[in-house]
Amino acid sequence: MIAILDYGSGNLRSAQRAFAHTGLDVQVTSDVRTCIESDGLVVPGVGAFQSCMNGLQIAHGDEIIKERISKSRPVLGICVGMQILFARGLEPSRSQSSSAPGLAYWDSPVSKLGAPVLPHMGWNTVQADPNSVLFKGLSDETFYFVHSYAAKDSVGAMQAWTTYGDTFLSAVEDGPLSATQFHPEKSGKAGLAFIRNWLATL
Amino acid sequence: MTLRVRIIPCLDVTDGRVVKGINFKNLVDAGDPVEMAGLYDFEGADEITFLDISASSSGRETTLEIVRKTAEQVFIPLTVGGGIRSVEDVDRLLRAGADKISINTAAIARPELIAEIADKFGSQVLVLSVDARRASTKSGFEVTTHGGREGTMLDALEWVESACDLGVGEILLNSMDADGTRAGYDIGMISAVRKVASVPLIASGGAGALSDFAGALDAGADALLAASVFHFGVHRIGDVKRYLAKEGYSIREESNQ
Repeated sequence: MIAILDYGSGNLRSAQRAFAHTGLDVQVTSDVRTCIESDGLVVPGVGAFQSCMNGLQIAHGDEIIKERISKSRPVLGICVGMQILFARGLEPSRSQSSSAPGLAYWDSPVSKLGAPVLPHMGWNTVQADPNSVLFKGLSDETFYFVHSYAAKDSVGAMQAWTTYGDTFLSAVEDGPLSATQFHPEKSGKAGLAFIRNWLATL
Repeated sequence: MTLRVRIIPCLDVTDGRVVKGINFKNLVDAGDPVEMAGLYDFEGADEITFLDISASSSGRETTLEIVRKTAEQVFIPLTVGGGIRSVEDVDRLLRAGADKISINTAAIARPELIAEIADKFGSQVLVLSVDARRASTKSGFEVTTHGGREGTMLDALEWVESACDLGVGEILLNSMDADGTRAGYDIGMISAVRKVASVPLIASGGAGALSDFAGALDAGADALLAASVFHFGVHRIGDVKRYLAKEGYSIREESNQ
């Protein structure tokens, strides 16, 4: 069973439909036990970094992710669900003007893209590590992005890169922890193939 | 490699059917929305837009059901617009499977609605639809409401600028003069809006010849929306993409063709 963490962020139904399209049982849930024990946990996320972190903490998402990673149980963060895995977000919010702490699985910040037109919205290329498991068979494909902030420093794991204004991390595969800045659930056939590749690792 | 140009077929839906007219009048039936969305996805559309032009609440319910059915099988972004007046309306559509929503009249009546939606769901869900025509406002472009039937004397460029400040994530610029005429996008309007818009710009209204699509991109559009040329088979989405690729624009390859 795949759990999609419901913490008030993200187009959860879109994610549910795409993951369920592969034929697996997919539940959108905020139940802590279900999230910890599922075969795979998907952490979606849209909107601002700080509001996602707040919602995540209220739903005990930080503890759920920590527990799963300590037991090597796969977690996939999508969009802001990827960003909150970094050390901090430099996206201004009402309550915090400069920087908000993230879960710090990777020790680098998430900062604004240097492009004249933001958000980075639409289909773009991903340069993945040739040994990538998640991008297997997807080397020339494009994926759908919607974001203005991204992580730009190498984290040392298996990585994929995309350029819009700046070159940034479009995906990371780091043991049980995987993440995409793009939306695989909205990336057509390539996105569904990416999801199947992730499911095959569970 | 760069961000791809997006080709977006627009489905104007009323009471469960896709319709299309000229300058928002003389509507004729163009097909079943769920089938058409699936076909356009198969042909390589980069997004799908549903514009709900139903007058009744039962028509709105029907559209919600269409969004639900389409989202079951189409895994590219879906934008839904028409009749959205509140944060609750947005929530209902996102839960049905929409990825973005577009607002127009309600935002003109109450601009704070933009900030309310952006605060709750993020700017990336929010497309501001601007139905503009040439008129004697400051910039020469006026915002209209009710499908172009009513003028506002609100200057289109000033409106776009303030909407960007309030937190819209994208601008859908519809030329009311060009809509449905297939005489070409309003190039002057696109380049004027491009200068003031800090967010992605979708050009809409007037697509006819293949060269029209390239013209709108040269004027600064990031994405191209069209309805009648696709619904009535003047061009397939693949034709537009092949043409643009040949002209040197970066498009997403449609793997089905």
